[in-house]
Amino acid sequence: MTVASDARRDLKRRDFLKTTLTLGGGLIISAYIPEWSKTSATTPADATHPFAPNAFVRIGTDDSITIIANHSEMGQGVYTSLPMMLAEELECDWSKIRVEPALVDPAYNHSVYGLQMTGGSTTTTSEYDRFRKMGAMARLMLIAAAAKTWNVDPATCHAEKGYVVQAASGRRASYGSLADAASKLTPPADIPLKDPKNFTIIGKPIHRLDTPSKVNGTAQFGLDVYIPGMLTAVVARAPVFGGKVVSFNADKAKAIPGVVDVLQVPSGVAVIAKGFWPAKLGRDKLDITWDDGPGANISSVALRKEYAETSRTPGIVAKKVGDPAAALAGAAKKISAEFEVPYLSHSMMEPLNTVVDLRADSCEVWTGTQFETMDRLAAAKVAGLKPEQVKLNTTLLGGGFGRRANPACDFVTEAVEVAKVAKAPVKVVWTREDDIKGGWYRPMWYDHFEAGLDAQGNPVAWTHTIVGQSIMAGTLFEQFGIKNGIDSASVEGASDILYGIPNVLVDLHSPKSVIPVQWWRSVGHSHTGFSVEAFLDQVAHAGGKDPYQLRRTLLKNQPRMLAVLDLVAQKAKWGTPLPAGRARGIAGHFSFDSYVAQVAEISIDKDGTLHVHKMFAAVDCGRVINPDTVRAQIEGGIIFGLTAALKTEITLENGRVQQSNFHNYPMVRMFDSPEIEVHIIESTEKPTGVGEPGVPPVAPAIANAILALTGKPVRRLPIKMEDLRSA
Amino acid sequence: MISFTVNGKPVTVEDPPSTPLLWVLRDSLQLTGTKFGCGMALCGACTVHLDGEAVRSCVAPVSRAEGKKITTIEGLSPDLTHPLQEAWIEIEVPQCGYCQSGQLMSAAVLLRENPKPTDEDIDEAMSGNICRCGTYPRIRKAIHRAAEIQAQRSAK
Repeated sequence: MTVASDARRDLKRRDFLKTTLTLGGGLIISAYIPEWSKTSATTPADATHPFAPNAFVRIGTDDSITIIANHSEMGQGVYTSLPMMLAEELECDWSKIRVEPALVDPAYNHSVYGLQMTGGSTTTTSEYDRFRKMGAMARLMLIAAAAKTWNVDPATCHAEKGYVVQAASGRRASYGSLADAASKLTPPADIPLKDPKNFTIIGKPIHRLDTPSKVNGTAQFGLDVYIPGMLTAVVARAPVFGGKVVSFNADKAKAIPGVVDVLQVPSGVAVIAKGFWPAKLGRDKLDITWDDGPGANISSVALRKEYAETSRTPGIVAKKVGDPAAALAGAAKKISAEFEVPYLSHSMMEPLNTVVDLRADSCEVWTGTQFETMDRLAAAKVAGLKPEQVKLNTTLLGGGFGRRANPACDFVTEAVEVAKVAKAPVKVVWTREDDIKGGWYRPMWYDHFEAGLDAQGNPVAWTHTIVGQSIMAGTLFEQFGIKNGIDSASVEGASDILYGIPNVLVDLHSPKSVIPVQWWRSVGHSHTGFSVEAFLDQVAHAGGKDPYQLRRTLLKNQPRMLAVLDLVAQKAKWGTPLPAGRARGIAGHFSFDSYVAQVAEISIDKDGTLHVHKMFAAVDCGRVINPDTVRAQIEGGIIFGLTAALKTEITLENGRVQQSNFHNYPMVRMFDSPEIEVHIIESTEKPTGVGEPGVPPVAPAIANAILALTGKPVRRLPIKMEDLRSA
Repeated sequence: MISFTVNGKPVTVEDPPSTPLLWVLRDSLQLTGTKFGCGMALCGACTVHLDGEAVRSCVAPVSRAEGKKITTIEGLSPDLTHPLQEAWIEIEVPQCGYCQSGQLMSAAVLLRENPKPTDEDIDEAMSGNICRCGTYPRIRKAIHRAAEIQAQRSAK
């Protein structure tokens, strides 16, 4: 998920405090707790782990180093990259590190967003300074403790691999042996950090700490949490968004052995059973009368028509440079095009689930979430407790992609509602069908473009009208996500294009709908990356220019984007001949403060079957913490983008979602999977996002290759065989 | 009552015979390494071995296991030394990791039947396993690497 790059740059911690104040109703105002608070929920020092200098690290007498991760591990590798940043300054023995997820505490709030959460491809960028500082603080205190014990000047001591050493005297003391003494010291006020040229961990391809547990079945995801006396619930939710239960008959469901009870909750009807299978069988046997409400009228076909018409009318201006209308009128050549992309489901491999143990004066929750502060507040509200009475345990996430940062905290709220009526510890499990039909989609988007070219074929005017639901509207994020009617997440990647076009207009329509929408890996960039980059190739085509060379011309003042574009073109051997029937397409996109360019190499069979043979990517994400993780994220982003480009769409008829499982919401599989080459720009700039920026250039690189091969522009996703069949 | 062995250990369960093996493993036997992904044999996250063959446990009734040997991810090796586990760690395959139990169990059958699989063999054998994080290129590489490790070991 994200809070758009534009918004992010504008944000000050002050604004977030205001927001959290509203969210918490005063309960989490908590002022700003310094991160070196020793009193976080997660790091109580104890007899065997006496040294907890701050909320992020705890050192045991057995030399163990526990690093507390305040961001969720959903595959992006933060349970390794966060320790790497801290260990770079701690100078500890890497083999002694273990990672523990943080409980909810203001000490763990996102250093920019002011809430404990994971999203916006921001973990590394937001923790780069803090985690190094927390490690350095611990090291300085351990050195001070040793110096005090030895009665020497701390300046004569240094730390290496988990020991404090005084080189001159040969004295050595392990961190564990110093933990007690260090715990009695006051943290230093001044915490200088290493010169990056002396880094020994940051920038190295360190093996992930979580991999062994993920190849022997011991990694614990939310679905793997079992607590004593726990029942399992499956919920029947309205088949139409906004629908409500009128009445239900549970006789047949209750007759299933193992079904304990069938109870209404605000989101539908919960079948509570001894295990998943009877709960699921029971749900299949429910007889429910629903009031569909106005949502029953929604159809994708009608919606598409409405969006198309709207896109041809002026919207709220998000960006205006020069005089686009006059430049268009005076252009030597004009082209226009429309692009459309569907609603998309996140479809993480681990379906949503939450375990709740609700007592009279406490509530414990286990779930794989990206949204700890919000989820704990939501649980407290439903339970009628104070947030401090709710203990929220973040498990590993079997994929997140934004879905597990739900603005309405839907899966946690519902689970607490079920626990309330079940009067027993309960695990609510979503089936795959529940996931795919359950909403909170990437919005459907329709984009209308016009461009004016001068006599040399260079674009001099560019207008882009965007139609699609706002993600922020109606959520608590509206107050900083929407300014002057513009949801920054709707126009990101469009209103901030890097191309030097002298006259630009970007405007926005934000139709409302009962279909709930949400951030989905790369958010607004997931549509603007496609439409902007595909339209630019049509501009190049119309002006008789090579798409790579046109981009070079338009990016002459954008050295970092230009560098990734040049690198990917060089690696993909842009401009050199390919075997007959193959073509290349190029695209670049700036998102989450990172620069990514990609080249796709494709061919098309006569029946319209598209083959993506190879994808090349170049990325500049500033200073790299773990190069192998960056590579993995870009590879994964490409496969994720490929599924959206070629496979998936959520459509509705009579308000009902027409897809249900992987047979009709198909994913890219091994045999569809291209060879992928990732090239990373070496940089000393501040680290920037890498989880999401790999996604946006995929669809346009493929679309542009299709244009190069067939002369036919691609204007909708997913790209369909029938659109590509030879005449 | 249905009796079978799981990872070499005899078990007897009281679940109704039509209950999918997946939910018996997870809910009754607390073997949570085998994952639920789709419930329709479409994603492969629930793949286990039934007398050595890869089956999708989400659609296999537990009655099928009667008298048979079931191997789950927990039984692939006692100590992370299966060639696939070593290769998975070396190549750094998993991201979120949720699908990897199923990927490994499918790959284990492939590698046993075909010690030197080609890319096409891998495409075919692994076509039933979805990875939403997109680790396919690394899975492919790791299967080739595991084949090497396996060959080196048998040469010794």
